[in-house]
Amino acid sequence: MSSPILKLIAQRIALGILLLLAVSVLIFAGTQILPGDVAQAILGQSATPESLANLREQLGLNQPAYIRYFHWLGGVLTGDLGTAMSSGQDIATSIKERLWNTLFLAFWAAIVAIPLAITLGLIAVRYRNGWVDKLISGVALASTSFPEFFIGYLLVYFFAVKWQIFPGISTVYDGMSFLERMQAIALPATALTLVVLAHMMRMTRAAILNVMQSAYVETAELKGLSAFNVIRKHAFPNAIAPIINVIMLNLAYLIVGVVVVEVIFVYPGMGQYLVDHVTKRDVPVVQAVGLIFAAVYISLNIIADIGAIVANPRLRHPK
Amino acid sequence: MADTKTKPVQPKQGLLLDIRNLRIEATVYPPGGEAPKTITLVHDVSLTLEKGKVLGLIGESGAGKSTIGLSSMGYGRGGVRITGGEVIFNGRDILKGGKEGFRKLRGREVCYVAQSAAAAFNPAHRLMDQVVEATLLHGTATRAEAEKRAVALFKKLSLPNPETIGERFPHQVSGGQLQRVMTAMALCSEPDLIVFDEPTTALDVTTQIDVLAAIKDAIRDTHVAALYITHDLAVVAQVSDEIMVLRHGRLVEWGGTRQIIKEPRQEYTNALVSVHEIEHQEQKPSATPFLSVKNVTAAYGGGHVKVLKNVSVDIYPGQTLAVVGESGSGKSTLARAITGLLPPEQGSVVFDGRTLGNRLSDRPKEDLRQLQMIYQMADVAMNPRQTVGTIIGRPLEFYFGMNGRERDRRVTELLDEIEMGKGFIDRYPAELSGGQKQRVCIARSLAAKPKLIICDEVTSALDPLVANGILKLLLNLQQVEKVAYLFITHDLATVKSIADSIAVMYRGEVVRYGLKSKVLAPPFDAYTDLLLSSVPQMEIGWLEKAIRGRRMASAGN
Repeated sequence: MSSPILKLIAQRIALGILLLLAVSVLIFAGTQILPGDVAQAILGQSATPESLANLREQLGLNQPAYIRYFHWLGGVLTGDLGTAMSSGQDIATSIKERLWNTLFLAFWAAIVAIPLAITLGLIAVRYRNGWVDKLISGVALASTSFPEFFIGYLLVYFFAVKWQIFPGISTVYDGMSFLERMQAIALPATALTLVVLAHMMRMTRAAILNVMQSAYVETAELKGLSAFNVIRKHAFPNAIAPIINVIMLNLAYLIVGVVVVEVIFVYPGMGQYLVDHVTKRDVPVVQAVGLIFAAVYISLNIIADIGAIVANPRLRHPK
Repeated sequence: MADTKTKPVQPKQGLLLDIRNLRIEATVYPPGGEAPKTITLVHDVSLTLEKGKVLGLIGESGAGKSTIGLSSMGYGRGGVRITGGEVIFNGRDILKGGKEGFRKLRGREVCYVAQSAAAAFNPAHRLMDQVVEATLLHGTATRAEAEKRAVALFKKLSLPNPETIGERFPHQVSGGQLQRVMTAMALCSEPDLIVFDEPTTALDVTTQIDVLAAIKDAIRDTHVAALYITHDLAVVAQVSDEIMVLRHGRLVEWGGTRQIIKEPRQEYTNALVSVHEIEHQEQKPSATPFLSVKNVTAAYGGGHVKVLKNVSVDIYPGQTLAVVGESGSGKSTLARAITGLLPPEQGSVVFDGRTLGNRLSDRPKEDLRQLQMIYQMADVAMNPRQTVGTIIGRPLEFYFGMNGRERDRRVTELLDEIEMGKGFIDRYPAELSGGQKQRVCIARSLAAKPKLIICDEVTSALDPLVANGILKLLLNLQQVEKVAYLFITHDLATVKSIADSIAVMYRGEVVRYGLKSKVLAPPFDAYTDLLLSSVPQMEIGWLEKAIRGRRMASAGN
C-alpha cells in the first residue's frame, strides 16, 4: 500500500464522517420542525400550560435547539440513544437486539444473493444474446419487478401454507439454536434475495460486457483461452469497480430497506421497530433508527468507494 | 498482369501457411433502419509462407490486411466471417478444426502482436503473468521454465531490468517497452508463426526504430515465421523477405521486397512507393512576424509538471512553421498556450503588436476568430448529429452573423475550395471518409477567415495517399487565402513537404529553430540527428545503417 491510496481512503472516510454529521443535523432539525413537542405528546391534549412548562423544564426542552442538538449528539457518541417515549425503555438496549436480527437476516440474504448474482452475470455474458442469457435476465427482471410484499405472500402461500416446509411467521427469540434460526429466516431471506438479485446480476453483466470490447480481451482470445476463462480472468477483474458499487447499494438496501419484508414475516428487526414507533410518533426512536440507517448507508458507500480505489491497479501500483 | 499476382517461385517444401482463395465477409447494419447487408472484405486472396520467412502485408485502411492476418488464427473481429477458401497451417485446414481446434492453435502455434500494446495488455494483471499465460495454458512448459524463457526474451529484446520488469503492471512501462514485452509474449510459447499487426505504428519514430530492430533480431534468432502487417512500406521493407500489396480486399502485387520497392509492376504499388514527394519551395520570412511566442513557460497540475520551458517562436503571415518532436515533447501544449486553452505561467503571446490575453476568457471574439484549429481526429472534432452545412456554417454565423442564403453561398464556396462540392452540404460526418472529414474540418477553420490555423497532427490518422492529398490542399489554400499554419507533427516527411521554418522540440524546449533549409542541413545537434536518422527510408538495409550511426538513445527507452 502506498501513500496516494491511503490519502484517497482517508479522504473518503473523512468525507463520510462529515456527511454523517450533516445527516444528524437534518434528522434533528426534521423532528424539531414537526408541530408539537415531546412534552405535548406525553401529556396529551388535556395538559395545562403549567404542567407543560414544568415537563419542558424537566426534559430540557426550553434550552435553545443547538444546545439540545449537541446534547443529543453527545449522547449518541457515547452510546446513549435516549429513552423511548412510548415504553420508557432505553433505546440503545432495544435497538441492539433488533439491529443484530436485521444484520443476521441481511447477512444470509447477501451470502446467497451476491455469489449467485455474479455467477449468473458471468454466465449471461458467456452466452450473451442467446437463450440462456435471455432466460436469466427475464427471470431476474421478473423477480425484481414484483413488489416484495407480493413475493413475500407467494412464498408464504406455497412454502408455509401449502407445503408447510418453513414457518410463515419468522419469530426469533433468545436461546434458539442456529438451525432453528435459519429455518425461521428462510422465507424472508429468500424474498430479499429475489428482490436484490436482478439489479446486481444485470450490473455485473453490463459492466463485463463493457470491457469485452477491449483489446486485451481479444489478446486473451488469441492466446486460446476458453470463452468462460476470458470473461473470468480478463474481463471480470476490470469490471469490479461498478460491480462493487451496486453490491454495496444492495447491501444497504438489505439493511435499510427491509421494512416491508420484516413487517410481512413479523420479523423482530429494525424495520419493524421503526414502523411500530412511527405509528406511535415516538420521535427519539425514529431519530435513533434514522441515524443508524444513515450510518449504515454511508459506511457501505465508503466501502464501495474504497473497493473501487483498491481495485484500480493504477492507484494500487503507482509508477 | 497475372504474373505479378502469383509468387515467382513456389517451393513445396517447408511450407508453413497456405491460404487458398480466402473470402471474408461481414454483415453491416446501415444507419436509418435499412436492411442489413453482407459486404465482402477479402476477395479470393491466396498466399503462401515458408517456415522462418517474413511476409509483409501492406495496404491502406480497409485493404483487408489485418483481416487476412487474423484469419491465420481462425479469428474474425466483430461480425467478420470467413466464408470461403482454405487456411492450411502446418499441413491441416484449420477452418475445419472447430472452436476446440482454434483454441489449440492460438497462443501455441500462432501468436499475435497487436498495434497498441498499451491497450492489448490487461491493466489488472502483472506483465509476467500475461507473458507466460499462453505457454502455461497449452502446457508446453512449467511456470519456472516459462518465466526463465520470458526473462531471456526480455533480454534479447533489450528491455531494461529484464529480471524484474515482469513484476510490473502495464501502466508502469512505456509504450515502446510494452510493444517489446508483447513481442516477448508472442515468442514465449515458441510458436511457428507470429502475426504482427502494425506493431510500431503507434510509436514515436525514435522509439519505432528500436522496436523494429528488436523485432527483426528476435525473428532472425528464433527462426519464427511472421506476417508483418503495416501501412508503411518503408517499415515493412526492413523486416520482410516478401511483400504483398493489398487494396480493397484484393491482391494487387506480390513479390520479393527488393522488387516491390525498386521495380513495382502495378501502378498502385508505384503510387505507394513514391507517395511522400511534394516539392515545396521555402519562403523567406517577411519583415515582421504577426504572431510571436515570447519565452513561454507552461505547466500542468498547478505548476508541478513543466511541459513548456522558455519557448519562443515567430510566425510570419502566410507561412508555415512546423513544430516537430516526439510525444510528450510539448508540441500540442504549445498550441494550447497560443490559443489560450492553457494559460502560460510566464511569457506572452504577441499578436499584431499587442499582447493577447493569457486566458481564453480574457480574449475578445475577434482574437478568437484569428486563431483556428484543426485536430488529428477529424471524426471526434465534429458533432455527429450536424450536417456538413451546419458544421461549416457555424463559424460564419458566430463570427460574421451570416444567415440564410448568404451563409449557404459561402458554405458552397468553401466546399469548392476543399474540392468536395455542394453535394456534401446535407451529409453527416458518418457518411464521409477519413480524408473528407478532415477536409470539412479545414473548411470550418477557413470559414472564420483566420490569420493562423493550428494543425495538430492533421494527417497522422490518415493513409499516406489521402494524407498527401490533404497536404496539397493545405498548400493550395495557403496560396489563395494567405493563411499561416502552425503545423504540429511527428512525421518529418510531412515537415519537408509543407514547412517554411521548423522548430524541433525535445522535452518542452525548442532545441533547433530556423528556416527549413537551415534546420535540415548539417551539422545537426544530437536530438535532431536522432530524429532525422530515425525516419524509415525505403531502402533495404536502412535499419542496420541507422542503428549503427546513432549518437544518442531515444527518450522512449
